[in-house]
Amino acid sequence: MTFELVCFYFFATVAGIAALSVISVKNPVVAALCLVLTFFSMACVWLLAQAEFLAVALVLVYVGAVMVLFLFVVMMLDVDFTAVREGFVRFLPVGVLVAVVMLAEMLMMIGVRTLQTPATADPALLAGMSNMEWLGHTLFRDFLLPFEIASLILTVGLIAAVTLTLRKRTGTKIQKPSQQVRVRREDRIRLVKMAAVKKGEVAP
Amino acid sequence: MMIQFNPADLIAILPELVLLGATCAILLVDLFLKPAQRDITHWLSIATIALTAFFVWRGAPAVGEGVSAFNGMFLHDGISVVLKQFILLTSGLSLFYARNYMRDRALWIGELYLLILFATLGMMLLVSAGSLITAYLGLELLALSSYALVALNRDSAASAEAAIKYFVLGALASGLLLYGMSMIYGATGTLDLARISALIGQVEHPGWLAFGLVFMVAGIAFKMGAAPFHMWLPDVYHGAPTAITVFIGSAPKIAAFGLAYRLLEGALGPLSGQWTLMLAILAVLSLAVGNLFAIAQSNLKRMLAYSTISHVGFMLLGFVGGSPAGFSAAMFYIISYTMTATVAFGMIALLARAGFECEEIDDFKGLNQRSPWYAAIMGISMFSLAGVPPLFGFFAKLLVLKSAIDAGFLWLAIVAIIFAIIGIYYYLRVVKVMYFDAAADDAKIPLPADLPLRWVISLNGLALVVLGIAWGPLFDWCNRAFGV
Repeated sequence: MTFELVCFYFFATVAGIAALSVISVKNPVVAALCLVLTFFSMACVWLLAQAEFLAVALVLVYVGAVMVLFLFVVMMLDVDFTAVREGFVRFLPVGVLVAVVMLAEMLMMIGVRTLQTPATADPALLAGMSNMEWLGHTLFRDFLLPFEIASLILTVGLIAAVTLTLRKRTGTKIQKPSQQVRVRREDRIRLVKMAAVKKGEVAP
Repeated sequence: MMIQFNPADLIAILPELVLLGATCAILLVDLFLKPAQRDITHWLSIATIALTAFFVWRGAPAVGEGVSAFNGMFLHDGISVVLKQFILLTSGLSLFYARNYMRDRALWIGELYLLILFATLGMMLLVSAGSLITAYLGLELLALSSYALVALNRDSAASAEAAIKYFVLGALASGLLLYGMSMIYGATGTLDLARISALIGQVEHPGWLAFGLVFMVAGIAFKMGAAPFHMWLPDVYHGAPTAITVFIGSAPKIAAFGLAYRLLEGALGPLSGQWTLMLAILAVLSLAVGNLFAIAQSNLKRMLAYSTISHVGFMLLGFVGGSPAGFSAAMFYIISYTMTATVAFGMIALLARAGFECEEIDDFKGLNQRSPWYAAIMGISMFSLAGVPPLFGFFAKLLVLKSAIDAGFLWLAIVAIIFAIIGIYYYLRVVKVMYFDAAADDAKIPLPADLPLRWVISLNGLALVVLGIAWGPLFDWCNRAFGV
């Protein structure tokens, strides 16, 4: 048993257990954290399969961005999870059916793969590079122009989003520290001269 | 391994780089301007477009020679030069027409200019596309900017509805187009348009190609607004602020021609026997739907939208031949249509004022009494759209009809002429309303127009007459681009 195989079994087991606990634990925050663990373990498995780019993208995009957002949503929204769970038994047959169909499809795909002609050689290996390096070369050499246009599309998306959502609202209680600091005593206090009056006496 | 980079690529793409750089500069400059200084953004944008047009002119390759840059992703040839010049011209015109209209409605913001400039950049990249991926990305850059432009007036429910429709149907069209592209890519194994064209003969399963072709034609027809994929067009033209309609009704049509040419002829040219028939069906449907539905419209913007559909049908007549002469006629047609449509939409924007849209046909009643000059300009544009000699639109119609007949589609030419005659009715109705109906009560209100706007729309209208009489040089230019 090589070290790689040991690592694979370890990460695969962790991923499997974490995935099971995502759907079995009661607390949604714990479930989300378990999903993070699943992603992380799967990223390690991909690293073992020499798919570094996919592994890094999974950690950066899913763990770093999507799951954090998900956690925020879970923590901020007051979702009544007992209500969500209620129909479990009622919908169980449908769920089982979907699961069986998906399993059958996956098995079929694995079957098809063995029938196919062998895949062409990995271009990254042929070029003697890691696949991240090779992707970088392809992206910034062969596909430089499309890459730059895609960045322009993102810029337009940003401009459009700001244009369509930014509006000056009235009635907000914005504080302006500069004005608060510059305030003078005369602005706030008004001294009024009044004649001294004793109790019960009529003012002159 | 060194990253190979060819500095000559940057020369080929120089006009786009100039436009992009200037747009980014305007983005920053506009941040520091007060609303009262928006004129600076306005003139900077127009100067940018003029400068870009200058660089397109300077960088134009020799006749019959094309330059390909970035591993064939970007093509710079005679066709892209002609299309870019007219894209820039019509975008510049719509900036002129937008200023007063948007200012009256408190929509005169810097983002208006930025989005139009980015859309222009997208169109320039689109007509220069040398690969499926650049064609798609250019199209998306244009589309995304257009969606935002239509939605610019956030307080108007009609605008929001138009923008959502545009967005959803535009996304659907992109999906169709992408699906078709993926089939073509799967069948040929390359994204490069020229290589697809070369490899088509050796494809193992031609069925996949036909499958991809159908989806690509549908996607292109959606983007052009050809019937039966035209549903979004009237609602978007009607719902968008008129100044934005001027823009999305003009330059993107030229870009759509470029898209159709690059994808259908550039990549799938060997399959022209299949797609010419599809385009012939699209042309007949567009002519019928456009002209018949336009008769029933009382809103001028909707009427012009349906008229756009019929003009797209006419333009497709040039495509059905599948020959360079036909494409050249189609390009001439789309240029003539956009030049004319800018006048018509621009006039609606010009006559509108705060609180009054001037978009119903009845709003043009008695325009001749209020301003004979504007009535004449509007009349010229209507006659040109109808195809009355000796205006620009007449020769454009003549040339596409000739190319369709040359290609053996005589029946198609006859159908087109019948529908063109039906079409004359609704264009002349506008002229009749302007000249023979009494003006409404508010005729005393002076027509709002500042000097640059007045000059630009007058020149634009007169150009229709001049180009109608002296159409030779422009047609020669189109012919040279296609090597006819």
